[in-house]
Amino acid sequence: MSTSNELLLEAKGITKYFGTITALENVNLKVHAGECLGVVGDNGAGKSTLMKVLSGLYKPSSGSLHFQGKEQVLNSPRDSQILGLEMVYQDLALAGNLPIGENIFLGREPTKNLGFLKFLDFKKIKELTNAHLDKLKINVKSADQKVEELSGGQRQAVAIARSTAFNAKVVIMDEPTAALAIKEVGKVLDLINGLKKTGVGVIVISHRMDDIFTVCDRVMALFQGTNFAEAELKSTTRDEVIGWIMGKK
Amino acid sequence: MEDKNKESLHLKLIPYFEKYGILLLLVLMILVMHILQPDVFLSWRNVTNVFKQISWQSMLALGVFMVIVTAGIDLSVGSIMMLSLMILAVVAKAGAPWFIVVMTPLIAGFLCGLFNGLGITLLRMPHPFIMTLGTLYIFRGAGNLISGGTPISGFTDEVRYLGHGRIDLQWLGLEKSQYLPVSLVLIAIVYIIFWIFLNHSKTGKWIYAIGGNPNAARASGINVNKILVIVYSLCGFLSGIGALILAGRTDSGYPNAGLQSELDAIAACIIGGASFFGGRGTVLGVFAGVMIMGILRNGLNLMDVSSFWQQVLIGSIIVLAVYIDVLRRDLGTRK
Repeated sequence: MSTSNELLLEAKGITKYFGTITALENVNLKVHAGECLGVVGDNGAGKSTLMKVLSGLYKPSSGSLHFQGKEQVLNSPRDSQILGLEMVYQDLALAGNLPIGENIFLGREPTKNLGFLKFLDFKKIKELTNAHLDKLKINVKSADQKVEELSGGQRQAVAIARSTAFNAKVVIMDEPTAALAIKEVGKVLDLINGLKKTGVGVIVISHRMDDIFTVCDRVMALFQGTNFAEAELKSTTRDEVIGWIMGKK
Repeated sequence: MEDKNKESLHLKLIPYFEKYGILLLLVLMILVMHILQPDVFLSWRNVTNVFKQISWQSMLALGVFMVIVTAGIDLSVGSIMMLSLMILAVVAKAGAPWFIVVMTPLIAGFLCGLFNGLGITLLRMPHPFIMTLGTLYIFRGAGNLISGGTPISGFTDEVRYLGHGRIDLQWLGLEKSQYLPVSLVLIAIVYIIFWIFLNHSKTGKWIYAIGGNPNAARASGINVNKILVIVYSLCGFLSGIGALILAGRTDSGYPNAGLQSELDAIAACIIGGASFFGGRGTVLGVFAGVMIMGILRNGLNLMDVSSFWQQVLIGSIIVLAVYIDVLRRDLGTRK
């Protein structure tokens, strides 16, 4: 797979309360470079909460995050982006009214200076977008196309392109194939495999066993907000993983 | 084969139609008015008159437009303008020098907008409609409190310059009556600045992004609340410019200033193609919307049509414009 197995991201003892509800309790997680970790669990098991903690959208009630060996405190998604940690949300988090290129660079637009004023550099956005889409082998008519005009699979591809446009080291994907037509699922999974080859650490949350067993190297199960089980993909079976989701070992 | 080409041409035209369709309507209206009133409508005097009439409304409409792009609404712009106007009048009557007097409505308008923005974000109002409905009453009440509910008249020429000033064009060989209203130049400058701001700055792009999908904006690390506060503050600031123009035009601060003008501003945005769902609309469209309303009123006045009919017609145009928009979107969306 990958040449280096550097430990990129480690979460230690993450606990998250929402008022009186315990969403996560003492959860640990590790991702290495070039590795894909599958996170499974039933609805309400805490998968999405965990991902939001990792991306800096939620602050953990206790526990710590370590990035490339250093402890980090994330106050916003911007902080995690700076570290090279990107999130692809289930609802894709794209602005349909904006073109593909502007979505990919949203919040981090290249600018050119004119005196003390900063203007968006549309030419650069377009060039970088085309180069990046080419690199990921994503086909769209034009970088100027509005996202709302794209199919579900193309939108997912744009969301993934967005997450990797800034030399991401870890990409977290929440249900990357949930909203897709069957013929588009394969393309997105290919994209994930391509990412791994470039040395990116990928976390995929999914409850589709097909996804997990196509792209992941390791799988961990959350049950009622706690680490329930974890295994190398080679040493487990679909039935066993499905059992974990339901809380049976 | 030929059929396919035709369709692709038709598909290629849609974006242009979406962008400039409203200008087509404007040109059409100007033509119709010109045919109906060939001697008067396109005369220098009448054209400058239209621009003078829309001058302060165009400021409110531009402010409300930015708010609508974020999928919000500002009902308080008329009241912000009235309060700013009253503050200007009180400060002017107190004998302050003109450069202080002209600053007061701008600062007052900005602060009113800031109050709206902070209220919406810090008090976590369920919708900007509620906050600005509240301030619609608060600001107008405050305006009446400081002025005692009576008009205050008589400003110096410097204060009136933006709303009442004339740029002489005799050096171009034109007659004395063929002057350029300062307010027209001001509209052009302000609209160009805001066009650049909304289309070529990061903040402007983020305003559109928030309207398109606030979650996407948040996930991109954009401070949505900060941008919203900026937008409402700018909207208040533009209402303050409106107050300064109105002070020049009417030479007076009066309690009914800007009454229901928030609805005119919203109407102009809607006619100009802004979507209530946010993220859609152009500065050019708003300008066209303001012009369409101004020309309609002016033309109907020239033809001696009662103002009651004007209301009926403007209402009909709003419904028609949005219906055309619905049809246009049907054509444009992938099926």
